[in-house]
Amino acid sequence: MSTDTLVEYGELLTRYEPVIGLETHVELGTASKMFCGCSTTFGAEPNTQTCPVCLGLPGSLPAANAAAIEATIRIGLALGCRIATWSRFARKNYFYPDIPKGFQTSQYDEPLCTAGHLDVEVEGETYRVEIERVHLEEDTGKNLHVGGSTGRIHGADHSLVDYNRAGIPLVEIVTRPIPGAGAKAPEVAKAYVTELREILLALGVSEVRMEQGNLRCDVNTSLAPIGSLEWGTRTETKNVNSLRSVERSVRFEMRRQAAVLDAAERVVQETRHFHEDTGSTSSGRSKEEATDYRYFPEPDLVPIAPDEAWVEELRAGLPELPAARRTRLSDEWGISPTEMAWLVNAGAVELVSDTVAAGASPGDARKWWLGELARRANDAGTDLTELAVTPAQVAELIGLISAGTINDQLARQALDGVLAGEGDPSAVVEARGLAVMGDSDELVAAVDAAIEGNPDVADKVRGGKVQAIGALVGAVMKTTRGKADAATVKRMLEERLISS
Amino acid sequence: MSTPSPKGQLTRDEVAHLAHLSRLAVSDEELDLFAGQLAAVLDAVAQVGKADVADVPPTTHAVPMTNVMRADVARPSLPRDVVLAGAPAAEDDRFRVPRILGEEA
Amino acid sequence: MSADLTTTSAADLSRALQAGDLSSAEVTRAYLDRIAADDGELGAYLHVDAEAAVTSAEAVDAARAAGEELGPLAGVPLALKDVVVTAGVPTTSGSRILEGWRPPYDATLAAKLKAAGTVLLGKTNMDEFAMGSSTENSAYQVTRNPWDRDRIPGGSSGGSSAAVAGGLAPWSIGTDTGGSIRQPAALTGLVGHKPTYGSVSRYGLVAFSSSLDQAGPMARTVLDAALLHEAIAGHDAHDSTSIDCPVPVLAEAARRGAEGELAGLTVGVVRELGGEGHTDGYEDGVLDRFSAAVALLESMGAEVREVSCPAFDLALPAYYLIAPSEASSNLARFDGVRYGLRVGDDGSRDLDEVMALTREQGFGPEVKRRIILGTYALSAGYYDAYYGQAQKVRTLITRDFTSAWDDVDVLVSPTSPTVAWSIGARVDDPIAMYAADLCTLPASLAGVPAISVPCGLSEGLPVGFQIMAPALADDRCYRVAAALEAAQDAARGHRLLDELGAKENTAS
Repeated sequence: MSTDTLVEYGELLTRYEPVIGLETHVELGTASKMFCGCSTTFGAEPNTQTCPVCLGLPGSLPAANAAAIEATIRIGLALGCRIATWSRFARKNYFYPDIPKGFQTSQYDEPLCTAGHLDVEVEGETYRVEIERVHLEEDTGKNLHVGGSTGRIHGADHSLVDYNRAGIPLVEIVTRPIPGAGAKAPEVAKAYVTELREILLALGVSEVRMEQGNLRCDVNTSLAPIGSLEWGTRTETKNVNSLRSVERSVRFEMRRQAAVLDAAERVVQETRHFHEDTGSTSSGRSKEEATDYRYFPEPDLVPIAPDEAWVEELRAGLPELPAARRTRLSDEWGISPTEMAWLVNAGAVELVSDTVAAGASPGDARKWWLGELARRANDAGTDLTELAVTPAQVAELIGLISAGTINDQLARQALDGVLAGEGDPSAVVEARGLAVMGDSDELVAAVDAAIEGNPDVADKVRGGKVQAIGALVGAVMKTTRGKADAATVKRMLEERLISS
Repeated sequence: MSTPSPKGQLTRDEVAHLAHLSRLAVSDEELDLFAGQLAAVLDAVAQVGKADVADVPPTTHAVPMTNVMRADVARPSLPRDVVLAGAPAAEDDRFRVPRILGEEA
Repeated sequence: MSADLTTTSAADLSRALQAGDLSSAEVTRAYLDRIAADDGELGAYLHVDAEAAVTSAEAVDAARAAGEELGPLAGVPLALKDVVVTAGVPTTSGSRILEGWRPPYDATLAAKLKAAGTVLLGKTNMDEFAMGSSTENSAYQVTRNPWDRDRIPGGSSGGSSAAVAGGLAPWSIGTDTGGSIRQPAALTGLVGHKPTYGSVSRYGLVAFSSSLDQAGPMARTVLDAALLHEAIAGHDAHDSTSIDCPVPVLAEAARRGAEGELAGLTVGVVRELGGEGHTDGYEDGVLDRFSAAVALLESMGAEVREVSCPAFDLALPAYYLIAPSEASSNLARFDGVRYGLRVGDDGSRDLDEVMALTREQGFGPEVKRRIILGTYALSAGYYDAYYGQAQKVRTLITRDFTSAWDDVDVLVSPTSPTVAWSIGARVDDPIAMYAADLCTLPASLAGVPAISVPCGLSEGLPVGFQIMAPALADDRCYRVAAALEAAQDAARGHRLLDELGAKENTAS
């Protein structure tokens, strides 16, 4: 699709410096919509979660959702923002079929939160992202384009509108321009969204499922010649809907804009669209004129004036935030920041923490989640959190190993059973008969049989070639199908062949 | 409307632009009529500019109130057949509209 | 009492119904008969469902017969301005763009009146989206003034005023944004009250200007207006601007006022509304009737003084910026996507073109003028000079009221500078039309309550007397209005509206 000329990334960095900025929209996980009581459940049949208010029927009026307002203030507090003492909703007037009232109820010059920041880390370096504002608005409905070949708007014969999403509370978090990231700009953008997502999860204000559109990013990118005092013209890449795409879209725009500037042309200030398949962006066909949204204070709603008591109550109720939590856990678990970064990248911090809380040692918990379980998730193409095993089950598995009931190899078989839905680890061990054999008659028989069946090896051992005992251990393990404890087997063989 | 014209002046072109902004396919005759009438109205309403309002805050509501909110409780929605009953056109349980030109969504 | 049913006050109908002297079906049929006979010419109603009205009347009668506990309004018929959303009953707000729309829900006030057992006779004509002062801006029909059928009944609630004055409904709900209850009431010899902004729910009123719209009663007597007002007042969680306070005691204030004792009451006559140096556009007959009424209040013990409210001079320009601005946004939802009219969807046009054609053909000229004006006033670069400035002027007007309350209990003025004018006289002159609201706009902008009560005739046409009170002191409006009404009725020996009946009898 793209015929853009691109400059090699490494090369462009020798001549240009990027400035990035992000506008992130987060759908809050409230039970009801922003201004009416309709449910917000994802995936309902079209137009089944609508009422006079969110359909914009004549005469209907909005009533603001307290939980959404509190969630917005909590997000602001978590981002170190100043919470407004006087805030208002405003009408953003424009015509589009997915906005039922002919205006979107949003906030304009009196947002709930301003002037915050978020520190993000990329490869050991910390970048401070300044937050310009956090405001609350309502989501739009969804248009389905029919009759075109691609489901896109171009070439479509007509469109179909579903208003289930219309009116779901949407928080917009806008950064100030982020200069100085240089080559790391794409990673900083991704790290910012990643960290923001962690914070939103910790606050419990949204499910933040990017694939369901709970979190959507518009990414601004501009380039300027190194040393230039002015920033370049920016483009805004809309609807970048995965963490990986955030990074790719910045990288692509930097490479594309470098080519434009190299050709002594001007970067067009425009909206662009990101294409997941090719990793490229394309022009969004800027409208013939700049839209005049004619913002004015929403007369159907009264101002929100959070007093100190309310804000302090919300502040007191904030959970431990991800960065602080990571520092504390690193200390508790005795791991380095780099090791913690691995856990963060794997999305395993909470899983390990919960596993430790369920009784496992931090070392074992990390080993299992970053090792065997990460492998399983990778093989299945899912996230760790989506594996059909709970931290409590992993802790139980680790406990069975520590107790000597099973060994690592048996534990992997037990995990197979857990993932297959056969129950908790101990139930699987029981049902599949996976427990390690103790000094049982069966094991004694297997040891004796190994000596009898391999007289030459046994003689070597008796004759002092102690290392030959491994072959006999292997034979026992084979006949017991791995259920024996190798150390026990070795001890029993030694008792029989050396001590006597 | 690139540069604001002086208060009280409303040209035919500006009326045409405003009509477009408000999605009104006004006819040429209406444009002429409205431009004249609106210029007169604008002349009259521009008198608000005479008021000395330095340090005067705007009034948006007659009886000042703040923090009016409702609890986050889901309530039943309208049945879908009722929702779509008034639609000028519907298809596949959705509202049907003619093709949309403009920005790609 | 059958012969007089359609001139009986609602309070008397209520008493007769409760006493069992009258059935709801009887009174409902009496009104339906009048509507059938006269509305063809009067043009007060946009929608009447006689069968539904009789059915609900009979249901009330059956409930009463079964000994069910019923409220005082049960069985009394009623007309609603077509701006009120009514479930399953066509609601157009006087516009083509909503032709045929049957809403899936009831306005809060419609639900309250339904629960009170009132019988809906029909929906009354109005200026399109309540924009107008003559009801000539209705997309459907002209409504005539029962006092002189060549004249307008006022507006925008002109269908309601014509219906109630003409004996086609005992009372009606109107809405008032800049005077749309008070002015038509004044021009037809009725009592009309605009409540304190926020004291009657706006949920389910097709919005014109959100920060100004209020619904209120239009009735033949002050007591009737108070009774109807009490039935629709009260906090509503669906309207975030609704004031959370107890329903005011109004009927009691009206009864007390009718006793005619006003000693201790201070009445302020607003100089800027028809007083010295401010008589331009005011008819002499109107000013005479007004002065006589002020003298009457004085004779009942009220202390009268003149009050100056200089910012009131700017009420008209401020109003004609604020209301169109909010309207331009409120009316954006009429885009032909979810309900109502759609024009030009033949496959050849894109959505923008269909929206623009729909709105062009669905809206009348006055609505389009105001949308364009409001769009202009909200535009980047103009906001501060127009909408922003107008909101500040609003503060000045409120301050004038506030300082007046230091000295007086109520403010009074004529309701309208003129009596009803001839149909067609002002249609091509928006400025002249807007001037009709001169006296009613200050109370609208400040959100304070104001009532219009008849104060006699000028050239055979009714003149209205406006009483304004501090926010939430609606009871003062009713008390003073009732005193004036009682004194005038006593002086002339009959109600003003009886002269309309006499006039009609002479005519026929």
